[in-house]
Amino acid sequence: MTDVLLSARDLTKRFTTRGTFGRKSEFTAVDGVSFAVHRGETLAVVGESGSGKSTSARIVAKLMEPSAGTLEFEDEDVTHATGAQLARYRADVQVVFQDPFSSLNPRHTVERILMAPLDYQGIAPSGGRRAYTGELMERVGLNPDHAQRYPAQFSGGQAQRIGIARALAVNPKLVICDEAVSALDVSVQAQVLELLLRLQRESGFSYIFIAHDLAVVRRIAHRVAVMSGGKIVEQGPRGQVFDDPRHPYTRTLLAAVPRINPEWDRRRRAATA
Amino acid sequence: MRGQGPMSEDPMSAAASGPDVTSELLVVENLTVTLPTTRGPVAVVKDVSFTVGRNETVGIVGESGSGKSMTSLAIMGLLPRGALTTGSVRLDGVELLGLGDREMRRIRGAQASMIFQDPLSSLNPYYTVGLQIEEMYRAHLGGSRKEARKVAVEALERVGIPEPERRTGHYPHQFSGGQRQRIMIAMALVCSPGLLIADEPTTALDVTVQAQILRLLADLQRQTRTGMVFITHDLAVISSIATRVLVMCRGEQVEYGTAEQVFSAPEHAYTRRLLESIPRITDDLSADEVVL
Repeated sequence: MTDVLLSARDLTKRFTTRGTFGRKSEFTAVDGVSFAVHRGETLAVVGESGSGKSTSARIVAKLMEPSAGTLEFEDEDVTHATGAQLARYRADVQVVFQDPFSSLNPRHTVERILMAPLDYQGIAPSGGRRAYTGELMERVGLNPDHAQRYPAQFSGGQAQRIGIARALAVNPKLVICDEAVSALDVSVQAQVLELLLRLQRESGFSYIFIAHDLAVVRRIAHRVAVMSGGKIVEQGPRGQVFDDPRHPYTRTLLAAVPRINPEWDRRRRAATA
Repeated sequence: MRGQGPMSEDPMSAAASGPDVTSELLVVENLTVTLPTTRGPVAVVKDVSFTVGRNETVGIVGESGSGKSMTSLAIMGLLPRGALTTGSVRLDGVELLGLGDREMRRIRGAQASMIFQDPLSSLNPYYTVGLQIEEMYRAHLGGSRKEARKVAVEALERVGIPEPERRTGHYPHQFSGGQRQRIMIAMALVCSPGLLIADEPTTALDVTVQAQILRLLADLQRQTRTGMVFITHDLAVISSIATRVLVMCRGEQVEYGTAEQVFSAPEHAYTRRLLESIPRITDDLSADEVVL
């Protein structure tokens, strides 16, 4: 896994806010952030609110231009990509958002939602729309017979599966998950995490997994970048960041995660084994 | 509360049933809540029973739609219009179900307080936090402005707000999310209620702030001997704070026992599944998980 798919160098994003009496003040949300995503791996970006993790994701998704820094995808500078280059990038890089209901058009059927990325790219699926939709739905564990239903007819977990299926519709090389499982109940969350892991095993794409929940990140990430105050304070393989954290902030963050009494947990497992 | 259903027990008989009642602060028996919907009445809480002792924390855990919040709203008499409640809720031996709005208002804040997930929606943006705490105090316990002001400063100090004297003059938006939750806790405890209901009080907070608020609640509870009902979807949080745990699923009470029992030897398949599905920070990762 030395094959770099995407690399971000010194990404910086400054926002200018205008307060009362027109006073301008500048706020640096992302401050010189560099990271690389290899093919087939999951890079998790963790941090608390205001750490700059979501802004970083938005820059990589090209929903936002960085104030400074460069973004390279497959050895091509895409920092200011436009036209055909941008369209190609948008096909290769897909996003799954936190709230499936607000990111799915409520007036469109599942089929129309799943076909939208292909329509945008001007691709007609071989075998027809219906078959393609059905196949996608099956991959994410949805009943293909429900292709003509609307988002509101699905539960939160199922709606998130639609969001994932839409991201996969154009065979992306990178999927950005922005707090994609944060809003889900734990049992549903576990299923969606399983699904994300399986899809990666099957298709070999990469994830940038933005999350605040360290336990979830530990479950899914190969490498972890810890952000605080717009900067990456620590970056490394999962084992290192979780078991041997170098930065004091990472240690604080890990120590704050609530845990089930380990002795009770051990007894429960011994009893079920 | 409107449309009050029959009560399973006479309020007087509870007080008469012996001295052990006094060690139990809150007794909920066979609580059932039915809400009217366009498709007819739906029972959102079904036959729930539990007890909270003084100085004890009982955790109610469940996923969305499990009825955990409805249970707490029923205790506080804050259910939506048209809700039907049956069973019994006794606080300090006094039956709460069936009490009128005026009586419940007297109890809320003074004998039973509640804090919610989002403190910003519970605080009035137009008044300073000091004034809001003062009003809460004076509404229930009376006293002079001057005395109430002193109480408000002490209340902020107790929940760890730095420079409490100066901060009483600030508005809610001038505080961070964690500080706002501290202010809500200060306000909830200002009249020294016997019971505090905390409904997902740390869910919207960052994990480091959550840890601070949990510690604060545990410390305050030790000092004030307040009984607490802690509602959350997070089993790990419950494990760290509750002495007894009630697991709810689709309005039903699927498991109830000491935290140790529920976490080390869960009886119900739902509890076991819930415990198996949470990702852990300390687990050995099994073979099917990502490997480098």
